[in-house]
Amino acid sequence: MLRLPPFRYHRPTSLAGALSLKGEFGSDAMYVAGGTDLIPNMKHRLFEPDHLIALKGVPELVGIGERDGHLRIGASVTLADVAASEAVRSRFPALAEAAAHVAGPQLRNSGTLGGNVCLDTRCTYYNQTAFWRGALGYCLKKDGDVCHVTKVGKKCVAAHSADTPPVLMTLDAVVVLAGPGGERRVSLADFFVADGILNTQREPDEVLTEILIPLDSATRRQGYAKLRQRKSIDFPLLTVAVAVGLEGDRVQSLDGVVTGLGARPRRLTGWQEIAEGRALDDGLVEELAERAHKQCHPLENIIVDPDWRRAMVAVYVKRALAKARAA
Amino acid sequence: MLMDNRQEIVRLRVNGDLREVGVPVHYTLLEALRYGLRLTGSKQGCDKGDCGACTVILDGRPTLSCITPVWEAEGSDVVTVEGLATAEGPHPLQDEFDRNGAAQCGFCTPGILCSAAALLERNPSASRQEIQEALGGNLCRCTGYTKIYDAVEAAGARLAETAAPETEGR
Repeated sequence: MLRLPPFRYHRPTSLAGALSLKGEFGSDAMYVAGGTDLIPNMKHRLFEPDHLIALKGVPELVGIGERDGHLRIGASVTLADVAASEAVRSRFPALAEAAAHVAGPQLRNSGTLGGNVCLDTRCTYYNQTAFWRGALGYCLKKDGDVCHVTKVGKKCVAAHSADTPPVLMTLDAVVVLAGPGGERRVSLADFFVADGILNTQREPDEVLTEILIPLDSATRRQGYAKLRQRKSIDFPLLTVAVAVGLEGDRVQSLDGVVTGLGARPRRLTGWQEIAEGRALDDGLVEELAERAHKQCHPLENIIVDPDWRRAMVAVYVKRALAKARAA
Repeated sequence: MLMDNRQEIVRLRVNGDLREVGVPVHYTLLEALRYGLRLTGSKQGCDKGDCGACTVILDGRPTLSCITPVWEAEGSDVVTVEGLATAEGPHPLQDEFDRNGAAQCGFCTPGILCSAAALLERNPSASRQEIQEALGGNLCRCTGYTKIYDAVEAAGARLAETAAPETEGR
């Protein structure tokens, strides 16, 4: 039995209401949407806010539709609804597939796209009960000053473990953050930072309100592949997303993002230079896979052999590219 | 940390009945069902959203009650395993679980029945693969799942038959 720490639950009915509650309670309050990440973490005493501000009843965060050349997805749209949306499936099949691969059906019925983008990082030494963590003297990310993964490091290496951000990055998506001072837009490519303790640019008082994907990105051929232990429920051990812009049979643009390794999703470098102007054939796919393998170095932040996860980078890059070729 | 054990009244529509129950303000829906309303059919397994034993149907969708704050269910329709049977008898799913030997220790069964009931409500003719996907968030450590899938398939066939209008016969 895992009890929640005491808190008060607030259900504002507007974005202004949510922001004003946050203004009132400050660092004693946290926002919650689906709760599938935050509530288990609260049960593990990783967060103990006195107040929870629920975002599910905020009308500014709902709905999927076109706006100004973008597909706009409200942050509180559930992952199940993203996966089932015809507007998403017809243009961004890799996003629908990634959303359908998050956790299990019940979690996708509650969990939201905004929540997946803001998912807390995960680590063998972090996602444990307070008793477990205390027995080991806690860790850098929470309550302690030592990293049990790197032993010597002073930088948290907990793994970014969300399935949809890599796909959204390859589609040049932008997120909208609303705070007390107004709105700002941040490209998802710049949204994540390499710090496992807090790995996004979102300020604690900001609400992620919507995700915008340029409709132009729909012309790219997309691929997505996820490594996991079972076919359901699991967080990714490795996720690869690719998007290829073709002119005839020649590669014009190529983007690849890998996650499940370090504190932020990794955009694969050197791909554009290798691929531009060439046909996406078996030879090129091998070269790209090798290039990806060289730059990925997983750590023991997830309790699965890092050498195996590294070897799988090449395999899953090939699988993602095969899906893009078949698209 | 907030030291507040105050109870408040929450209004829940559970299995068609409007119920009022006093609960500590930080209770989950599962705790309110089990310890407030004494509806102990929904099980407390991992209690952190992994195993599916606490699955209830919230506004038609299978939902993990162990990680749902009770206030999030206010104003929604909650169906638990206790609400599946009617005065006429057990739900076809419950009957087919019995006939097919789909339950062993039984701990995962209430959650699986809720996931399966929501699926068949939407689509009684669900394929084997759709059944497997719909039950992907419910762990069973006894049966190996095969008999569970058999039972859901059989219940779906019965529900599809009763749903089809008889005038279609030749």
